[in-house]
Amino acid sequence: MSAKNRILQYSLAINEALHQMMSRDKSVFLIGQGVKSPWYVGNTAKGLLEKYGTSRVIDTPVSENGITGAAVGAALAGMRPVVVHPRMDFMLYALDPIINEAANWHYMTGGKSTVPLVVWGIINRGGEQAAQHSQAIHGIFAHIPGLKVVMPSTPYDAKGLMAAAIQDENPVVFIDDRWLYRTEGHVPTELYTVPIGKGVIRKKGTDITIVAISYMAPEALKAAQELELAGISAEVLDLRSAKPLDQELIIRSVSKTKRLVIADVGWKTGGLSAEVAALVAEKIGTDLRKPLQRVALPDVPAPSSKTLEAVYYPRSKEIVKAVKKILS
Amino acid sequence: MYSKHLLKKMYTDMLVIRYAEEILVEPIIKGEVKCPVHLYSGQEAVAVGIGAVLARKDYVFGNHRSHGHYLVHGGTLKGLIAEIYGKETGCAKGRGGSMHVCAPEAGFLGAAPIVAGTIALATGAALAASIRKDGRIAVSFFGDGATGEGTFYESLNFASLRKLPIIFVCENNLYATHMPLQDCRAANNIVATGKPFCIPSFREDGNDVLKVYDLAAKAAALCRAGKGPVLLEFMTYRMRGHVGPDDNVQGCRTDIRPAREVAIWKGKDPIEALEKYLLRRKIYRLIELKQTRSSVARTVKEAMEFASDSKYPAPEELGYYVSKK
Ligand SMILES: Cc1ncc(C[n+]2csc(CCOP(=O)(O)OP(=O)(O)O)c2C)c(N)n1
Ligand SMILES: [Mg+2]
Repeated sequence: MSAKNRILQYSLAINEALHQMMSRDKSVFLIGQGVKSPWYVGNTAKGLLEKYGTSRVIDTPVSENGITGAAVGAALAGMRPVVVHPRMDFMLYALDPIINEAANWHYMTGGKSTVPLVVWGIINRGGEQAAQHSQAIHGIFAHIPGLKVVMPSTPYDAKGLMAAAIQDENPVVFIDDRWLYRTEGHVPTELYTVPIGKGVIRKKGTDITIVAISYMAPEALKAAQELELAGISAEVLDLRSAKPLDQELIIRSVSKTKRLVIADVGWKTGGLSAEVAALVAEKIGTDLRKPLQRVALPDVPAPSSKTLEAVYYPRSKEIVKAVKKILS
Repeated sequence: MYSKHLLKKMYTDMLVIRYAEEILVEPIIKGEVKCPVHLYSGQEAVAVGIGAVLARKDYVFGNHRSHGHYLVHGGTLKGLIAEIYGKETGCAKGRGGSMHVCAPEAGFLGAAPIVAGTIALATGAALAASIRKDGRIAVSFFGDGATGEGTFYESLNFASLRKLPIIFVCENNLYATHMPLQDCRAANNIVATGKPFCIPSFREDGNDVLKVYDLAAKAAALCRAGKGPVLLEFMTYRMRGHVGPDDNVQGCRTDIRPAREVAIWKGKDPIEALEKYLLRRKIYRLIELKQTRSSVARTVKEAMEFASDSKYPAPEELGYYVSKK
């Protein structure tokens, strides 16, 4: 297979970005709970420990707050740490170093210091794991000035955004989803970056725009294909970054279709879908032909029982329903 | 020494936990149980020895490996199995699963898998007791891995500062998921962490329920006399995997722990040790042991049947219990 159309798994695309960045830049290191255990990080860290050793691939005690703070400090001292949290839920212990310290530091030093840090949080839900092992809390981070938040949905973007996040001079929260790990797609072998803050149109359409992110992007594509059969032409916009938002792309697409469904992996209230809705309302509010629809998690903690899980996580079916509601 | 009643109770309690855990093994392997289950087999002596000195009014908090803590402190067997199966009749109505067992009506205020998260909560329960001067004590169960979190030290300090009636119970089973203790701590000295906070601290064999009981009685007495908190470290071992029957790594059912080490600890089975003691002291005849075993096995099977006959939560009720209405 030629390098040009090589197919790679999402998780291995992350792995390749880490390999290439660590080999290119000695200041890059990976730290966090479970970096040597596939149980935690899948195969995203494959081969790193063997290649770079325990000084740059550091599995840690269960100490999220301290370890993340140490990563912030190492970044201030000239390193480019990637600190991984194998579930976003565990990352909540690290809100202080991420939000109080990393996000504010550049500002608080009048621009003298930078925090070139990647905080990598994995969404790991379903499987009856319940409330403390399923949360998607990108909305919290997107709320914070000084943080960038990326959420790739394809292997190509997973590699390109991890590389871009590591190269960025600012703290970037990189959020992936275990449900995407086995997704396959085209990934160039050479190192490249995907710009942070830029979305992409995954499918062109004229009747309605579906703005989606992370796991909901492929679901939106599935929905669009199904809608196509029903004679509805949906445009699918994958945000890729929750912050900065690609405002221009959103407004351009929605100005054209004048109809909007927003599909997020997080809760509905106060989250990313609310932000996109507010943006559209501000810029072109009265131009919409029908009120927009949001597909998001209900404002409920993740349940354990399978009957509740089945209705908790929205998928393409819910997106199709939302589109039809607007177009009916 | 120990009353017959106490010994029989502790033996039965340990058996109930063991059988409840082991009956889950097949369903987990078959995929009937999907929810992550951290089996307590091998560590029963800790929950039971501590539980035996507590009063019903006392408060207990668990962690992710808390079936045993729950059962000893007033949780029902049926409520446990049904919860693990995600049924409406479960102790958390199928909302929490194995990692969120609770029996607040009996003082078991809850369990949660965020490592060390409940240590501060238990400290808070002790604070409530101390404000009210109601004679209650609190117990916090956590693993060796939890001593990596800052909140553990914050809780020790605050509890000591306020002389709170709490027993911090560390179940040191030498591993935190895939990490052996020596990769997590600069020294194998969890018991020593109480010292700088002026907390009476003791380490004991956690597979000997009588030793656990003795130490627990001493710790509870200290707490009730206003001389708490107390830190207890029990050396023990899980007979099963970190999560599920025998794996530390999902998808591959092999334990990362050295086979020799596993074998050595199999030889220290806390239930077998107690059985030997009971026979030696003629508390039980062999036939009585067997009868107890089969009666416990029956009870556990009944709970299993209860769980499988129970209904799942209705999907329309997804929004229940988010806030008290
Ligand atoms: C805050 C947080 N970080 C990481 C995890 C993942 N995790 C689950 S159990 C566990 C290890 C716990 O080890 P220990 O406290 O010794 O308890 P044991 O499993 O040995 O009973 C870890 C790290 C978690 N649940 N919560
Ligand atoms: Mg342990």
